[in-house]
This record gives sequence, structure tokens and C-alpha cells, in this order.
Amino acid sequence: MGTLSALLRRLLMTLVVIVCVSIITFLATRLLPTDPAALYAGPRASAEKIDAARLALGLDKPLVSQYLTFAGDALRGDFGVSFRTRQPISADIARFLPATLELIVAAMFLALVIGIPLGVIAAARPEGKLDQVLRLFAISLASIPGFWVAMILQLVFFKWLNWLPLSGRVSTETMLFSPIESITGMGTVDALITRNWVAFRDAFAHLILPALTLSLYPIGLALRMTRGAMGAVMSERHITTARAMGLSQSTILFRFALKNAIVPVLTVLGLTFAFSLTGAVLVEVIFDWPGLGAYVTAAILAVDFPVIMAVTLVGTVIYVGINFLVDLAQAMLDPRVRLS
Amino acid sequence: MRHAAPTHRRPGPRPILSLWGLDRVGTLSFVVIAVILGCIALAPFLTGYPEQGLGTPGPDRLVAPSSEHIMGTDRLGRDLWARILYGGRLSVLLAVLVVSLAVIIGTPLGIIAGYFGGWVDEVIMRVVDVFLAFPPLLLAIFLSALLGPGLLNLVLAIGLGWWPWYTRIARAQVLSYRQRPFVEAAEFMGVHPVTIMRRHLLPFVGTPVMIQSTLDLGSAILTVAALSFLGLGLPPPTPDWGQIISEGRVYFPDRWWYVTFPGLAIFTVALAFNLLGDSIRHSRESEHSRATNHEPS
Repeated sequence: MGTLSALLRRLLMTLVVIVCVSIITFLATRLLPTDPAALYAGPRASAEKIDAARLALGLDKPLVSQYLTFAGDALRGDFGVSFRTRQPISADIARFLPATLELIVAAMFLALVIGIPLGVIAAARPEGKLDQVLRLFAISLASIPGFWVAMILQLVFFKWLNWLPLSGRVSTETMLFSPIESITGMGTVDALITRNWVAFRDAFAHLILPALTLSLYPIGLALRMTRGAMGAVMSERHITTARAMGLSQSTILFRFALKNAIVPVLTVLGLTFAFSLTGAVLVEVIFDWPGLGAYVTAAILAVDFPVIMAVTLVGTVIYVGINFLVDLAQAMLDPRVRLS
Repeated sequence: MRHAAPTHRRPGPRPILSLWGLDRVGTLSFVVIAVILGCIALAPFLTGYPEQGLGTPGPDRLVAPSSEHIMGTDRLGRDLWARILYGGRLSVLLAVLVVSLAVIIGTPLGIIAGYFGGWVDEVIMRVVDVFLAFPPLLLAIFLSALLGPGLLNLVLAIGLGWWPWYTRIARAQVLSYRQRPFVEAAEFMGVHPVTIMRRHLLPFVGTPVMIQSTLDLGSAILTVAALSFLGLGLPPPTPDWGQIISEGRVYFPDRWWYVTFPGLAIFTVALAFNLLGDSIRHSRESEHSRATNHEPS
């Protein structure tokens, strides 16, 4: 099978998965006992009002046509209005998504620059002291409840040391005296583009703790994946040859071995993104970070179906898309990997 | 990279006892888990305030840790140590239920997919793909938001997104034993497919599924805590670790104990399960690499 047709097949499968996901999401909201019309009409609505809401939402139509309307609207980027605020959901998502992406990108960056080198170091002496300590470290990172460690970080860095702000994206002073002009919607990036250094410092300081919290699990993941991939590479012959030629340990590790272990490391990128996407929900709640996670949490508490549905769908599409890109990159970097 | 299946000298299920070829860390975490399970089982004897553990308000609110209340008290004056002990019962119970549900749904599907192959396999594995397409936790949040609070709903919401992993494990395992003579012999003799799957294939699936479920208990405890922190857990006054932290958040950081101790409890239990699972896997992998290193490559 040619690469192109394999690629198309993979793309098609990705699209099918997305359609199935949208069907499941849709069915879940329709088949469960809670009546969306009653929620839409509000807690003290009369029976007539609920019936009116049912008509307005199109809930009286057959399920298939309801789904087609929903999917058609969603394709055009229209997720309807929030039950709680009556605001168009798409506009809300467009407003909150950049903040979440900013957080995820920062966390992924931390995971890669901390996790991968540690994984390489651990692989230098398999089963050595350092390898075992780093293994414990990685597992500990995977066992920490993120929402809890976020509060502990606030306690240490805000309350005790007073080095970093408690929560939010920028401080009130910045908002008043050197507001960030919104271009991409990502605070630090916008401040950089507009050379608003005061605001950049502030936005950056606000980003550190949430990004660090979000990166803990991915750091452990990157460490373990890199360690695993390196372990397999280190016993290969070209590494033995490199050793025999008297190359230094660090050259061997970082120049030769890591290059061969790069494909699993790419997988780390995909996985990291996945975990950050959901980890962000909790982190944003604790740090009052105005992103999708905080948005969906507020929606959950208000049983705001359309919002929960839209965020689940958008999150899943992003997730599936990233996984597709990762597979693609792997196939391009490593001829042994086939798209199938 | 994963190897398809460990090379056994003789075909036959590995005796369960050989699982305990654990290293020091594994043994230690096993002991820790045993102690924790003992503590939550004996909860009424380990605290002076069992009724507060279950939810009855106490007289002294938000008291700092002292000899009377070693972990302090919460906003309703309940002894935090008692709350954590009783909360542990629920956390462990929920985690076990979630993983059991995932195993019960996932394993048979994986065995069926692997045994029959063809379109059956295709259909099951595409369904698996769709469920794995949801970012982890997001599906659980979505479902539990829809299902509403309650013990069974919480288990359902998390378990429904968890089973595909077991389907994958079981299927991979069955695929590697599917063509073995003893399976084919059974087929020739006209043994019913259900009997073949149950008697001849299930034993090989058991061990990897058991290892995975140990590893998953840690994550399940974390997931349950996360959901109940978000307000999707059991309604108060049921003691629940995630919920205690969410209550204590209002008083943080001034009443530091309120959040710190339940968090430490979650961390300890999750860490113990993760270490145990990892060390079981580790010991099996090194066993495997020892076995393969002797073969000429």
C-alpha cells in the first residue's frame, strides 16, 4: 500500500472516529433520564414553559433528525447557547480555548525539557542507583493528585515565600495600567508580540504554578517513555561501536542514542497533550485560570448540557487530531513505522 | 517496545505465586497496602470518633492538629483522622468497583475479538477505538455530569471509559495462544467455543489482566478523588477524600491540615498501588529479558 493511500485511510478512520464520538456524546445527553427541556426552561418553569422549550430545542423531532441538526450545526461551529448564561457556546469556547492551550503548551514544554533529559540520564546506567531513584520519582509524579499539589504549591510559593501570584492570569494592576492587547488570546504570547514587558513579566509569573502542576504527570511520563526507548537502543550494536571508538558518555547518550529513541519521545508528546487536556480541568479550577476547564466545571455544577457536550466534543476532536499528527510525524521520521 | 508474549518453556498458565518475585520496593508497597487496608477495615477501633467519621458534626470546628485530634477537625468539627479513615473505605471500594467493571466488560470482549477474529474482531476493536478517542477523565466527567451523583453512577461513569484497555490486553494475549496445538485440538474435538475461551484461553489472559488492574487501582483512586473534588462524587455527609479536599479549599491555606492530610492519604495509597503494579511488571520484564538473552539473536 502506498504511503499516500495509507495516509488517506488513516485520515478517514480518524474522521469516522470523530463522527462516532459525536454520536455517543449526543445519545448520552438524549437517552439519560434528565430532561434537557426542563433544564433549559429553568427550575421553576411551568409545564407549558417546558413544552415550549422542548419545541424550541427541537426535542420533539425523531432522534436521527435531532442528531443531524446537531452535527450540521456543530460542523458550522455552532454549538447552540448555554442553558446557564444563554450565551453562544462557540464564542465562549473561542474565548477560553487560547488560555487552555497556553497552559498546555507551557506544561508540555516543561515535560519535554525536564522529562526527556532525566530519562536519558536514567538510561545511562540501567538498574543503577540513579535509574532506580528516577523510576521512583516518575511513579511518584504519577501518583500525586494534581488538584492537591496545586494547593500545596500555592501555600509554598504564595503564602510562605511570596514569590509567585496565587491565581488568575494577570494581576489587577496590569489589567488597569498595562493591559494586554488580545491577538492570539494567549497572555504571555500577546504581551511578547506587543512588547508589553511589564505585562509579560506578570503573565509569565501567573503561568508558572499552573503549568508546573499540569506538567508533573507528563514529566514522569516523558521520563519513563524516554528511559524505556533508550534502554532498547543502548544495547544495539552501533552504540557499542560508538563506545569502542571512545566517544564520551554524553555524546553517545544525547547525540546517538536519543536520536534513535526519538519516535517514542514523539509518542510522549501526544500522550502529554492528552493528559494535559483533562488535567487542565482541575488545574484551572484551582488557579482560577479562565480556560475551557474552568468553563466546563462551572457548566457541570449548573448541569449545563450543551456546554458539557460541546467541550467534550471539542476536546476529543483536538485529542484525536493531535494523535493523528503524531502518527504522521512518526511515519515520516521512522520508515519502519507504517500507518495502518 | 512491547513483546507479544513471554516465551514459556511449557504451555500452561503461570502459577500465581510466582508473581511475588518482587523487589524491595514492591514488597514494601505491598506491606503498605496491607497496612492501609487493615486500617480502613478496623476504622472504628482506630479512632475515638467513629460517628464523626460517618458524618455527625462535632463540637470543635476547624481545630488545628493536637493530641486530641491528631489531624485537626473540619468545618463541622469532625475529627479529620476519622473522616479520612472512613473516606478510605469509600475510595478503595470505588476504585475496586471501577476496575472490576472495566475488567468484567473489557476482558470477555477482548477474548471474543481475539478468538473469533474477522468481522467480530473488527467491530469490537472499532468500538474500542472510539472509546479510546475520548481524552481520559473527560469521558468520566461528561458521563458523571449526565448521570448525576451516586455511588453506582460514579463507578459507571469512570468504568465505561476504562474497559477498552482490558479488551486490548485480553485480545493480544488470546491472539498469541489462538494457534497453539491445544486450542486447535480442542476445536477438532468439537469443544464449544465458549468452553474453549473459558477453559483454555481465559487462564492465559488472567495474569496480564491482574497486573494491569493492580496498576489501575492507583489511577482509579486518583480519578475518583478528582471527580469528587469537582463535585461529581457522593453527596455529603459521606466521607470522601476528594470531597474533603474540596471542602477544605475554602479554608486553605490558613487551615492547612484540612487539605493536606486527605491529599497525603490519596497520594500514599495511589503511590503504593502504582509501585506495586510497576514492580510486578518490572520483575516480569526482567524475567522475560533473562529468558530471551540466552537465545542466539
